[in-house]
Amino acid sequence: MKVRTLELSVGVLMLAGIAALLVLAVKVSGLTFAASEPTYKVYARFDNIGGLTSRSKVTIAGVPIGRVTSIQLDPKDFRAKVEMQINQSVNYLSTDSSAMILTSGLLGEKYIGIQVGADDTMLKDGDIIEYTQSALVLEDLIGKFLSSQTKK
Amino acid sequence: MVSDNVIVRVRDMSFYRGERAIYDEVNIDIPQGKITAIMGPSGTGKTTLLRLIGGQLRPDAGVIEVAGKNIARMSRKELFAVRSRMGMLFQSGALFSDLSVFENVAFPLRVHTQLPEDMISDLVLLKLQAVGLRGAAELMPAELSGGMARRVALARAIALDPDIVMYDEPFAGQDPIAMGVVVQLISKLNKALGHTAIIVSHDIQETFSIADYVYVVADGQVLARGTPEELQATDQMQVKQFIQGLPDGPVPFHYPAMSVAEQFS
Amino acid sequence: MLDWVAGVGRSTLNIFTVLGRSGLTMYQALVAVPDWRVQFPLLVRQLYFVGVLSVIIIVVSALFIGMVLGLQGYTILVDYGSEQAVGQMVALTLTRELAPVVAALLFAGRAGSALTAEIGLMKATEQLASMEMIGVDPLRRIIAPRFWAGFISLPVLVAIFNVVGIWGGSLVSVDWLGVDSGSFWANMQNSVDFADDVINGMIKAVVFGAVVTWIAVFQGYDLVPTSEGISKATTRTVVYSSLAVLGLDFVLTALMFGDF
Ligand SMILES: Nc1ncnc2c1ncn2[C@@H]1O[C@H](COP(=O)(O)OP(=O)(O)OP(=O)(O)O)[C@@H](O)[C@H]1O
Ligand SMILES: [Mg+2]
Repeated sequence: MKVRTLELSVGVLMLAGIAALLVLAVKVSGLTFAASEPTYKVYARFDNIGGLTSRSKVTIAGVPIGRVTSIQLDPKDFRAKVEMQINQSVNYLSTDSSAMILTSGLLGEKYIGIQVGADDTMLKDGDIIEYTQSALVLEDLIGKFLSSQTKK
Repeated sequence: MVSDNVIVRVRDMSFYRGERAIYDEVNIDIPQGKITAIMGPSGTGKTTLLRLIGGQLRPDAGVIEVAGKNIARMSRKELFAVRSRMGMLFQSGALFSDLSVFENVAFPLRVHTQLPEDMISDLVLLKLQAVGLRGAAELMPAELSGGMARRVALARAIALDPDIVMYDEPFAGQDPIAMGVVVQLISKLNKALGHTAIIVSHDIQETFSIADYVYVVADGQVLARGTPEELQATDQMQVKQFIQGLPDGPVPFHYPAMSVAEQFS
Repeated sequence: MLDWVAGVGRSTLNIFTVLGRSGLTMYQALVAVPDWRVQFPLLVRQLYFVGVLSVIIIVVSALFIGMVLGLQGYTILVDYGSEQAVGQMVALTLTRELAPVVAALLFAGRAGSALTAEIGLMKATEQLASMEMIGVDPLRRIIAPRFWAGFISLPVLVAIFNVVGIWGGSLVSVDWLGVDSGSFWANMQNSVDFADDVINGMIKAVVFGAVVTWIAVFQGYDLVPTSEGISKATTRTVVYSSLAVLGLDFVLTALMFGDF
């Protein structure tokens, strides 16, 4: 009897540990157990990524369609080359789409917003988005504002 | 020298604790199937000798052979195999404090045999009966008196009917009746099953009554050896003093120290 | 001066001797094909003493730490109008750092010291020696199940610590301070990555579990078998394992989250 309660409590502990891990996966990190969607790669070059990191979201109209997977500095033109994985189901990004670095809220995290263009040909795996708009850098903005004030 | 088969052979063995030689090139033979007593003043290293024979300590020089094999040269695995044929009653009893009396005695049976549960139970109760503690089977070691704990430990040491049993002070702390029972038990086990027994004890009467052979050790040396009769008849002063229990004589009762006069001046 | 250098040399040698001896001890205890019929019940028993009996202190501490994090996070973030980010803050702090570190420190104090004292007492009362003489290796029988129990228990306790702590954070910020529940959880889910944060935190837990239990069982096995020796070894277990946990945490954090 005593041995049984001992075994039982150990079993409960182990189950609680597994349950806790599940909660951490689903409720805390928002992991979904649907087989992760196949993705394709596209690149974009920015003058300034201003705080974008890998794992940042990629969105259309605010809806997530993929993630940034790596950011590299191109030593030839000193611009940032951003690699993104886009969900395979989003296969309607035209070649003249543009990518922007946006901020959620005033001080929130950076993410990439994509504006779909009008072209008939679509972006394929490994293509580059030509039209980009860099992150808004507050200092630049203030600098511009100040110089326009002084000119007056 | 005894001419019987020798099961434990100690040759030119030295053992040091720091600077102090506990043993200095001693030779001891333990004959097979006989009861050999090791006697000597407290603190001379009798427990140490048992541990050397059991392979828990290694001699600094010389050889200790058990059943013809050098115990210090054995691999861990061989050593544990040899030990499963040995039983040892520790001076402190050394019962497993988280197991009941029954489980303590059953422990060697469970680890070294595949016997079914009811047979283990029978064997354990039989051994406990032999030491007069069958009724205490379900007690925990903490609930036993010192003498009872030692008798349980004795039952555990002989649970597997080992070839060699080493008893470290089996009579200490026993009342006269229990003492008689234990003396009987050791001698009966030896006669009936042919165990080799090594007894460390200070109780001259009891030990001499069952021992076939006696070693007296002191100061890292074997002072005397022989049958109980030979020792009782000896005119060696040191042995006489020890056997008769006189505090003053050639055998030092005190742990080595500076002289009393020096210390208290 | 020369004495001082010699002293440094001597302590270095001592440290390596102890490390070597403890490594050898663990090697002898763990490197063997276990006989599961014997080992499994022993392991379950130790999981009870090491794991189950530590649950209460883990849960209570996790609850309070989560609540404090929620409260502090709220008071800081509310100034910037981004109090919904408190969920993200609580979850990241807990999963990456606080849960493994605090749980390991508590574990060292609760289970580690008990292991040292227990094994030490077995040694002092010659139980280990008598087991050896019965022909059973105490390293396999006593040390190994205790080590594995600690190794398994700590990650389990850390997972529980995480969940309880996050729940405590949500209790304070959502239920009491009125942070919007939807954005609290959404923010958390957006920023917490299972592999990078949760799993890395669990890897820390596994490492800490191994190190703390290793220190605890070795200190018990190697101590001087007297009451003074036991009390000293118990203290050493807590001190050494706390230092080891904090030091290793820095190294692991640098490896996992640092950019080099
Ligand atoms: N672990 C140890 N470290 C250092 N010295 C020890 C240790 N164990 C025992 N000794 C010393 O070894 C000597 C012999 O000890 P041992 O226990 O063998 O004596 P003994 O003959 O069994 O005595 P007693 O009859 O009192 O049991 C003692 O003087 C003791 O001081
Ligand atoms: Mg002794």
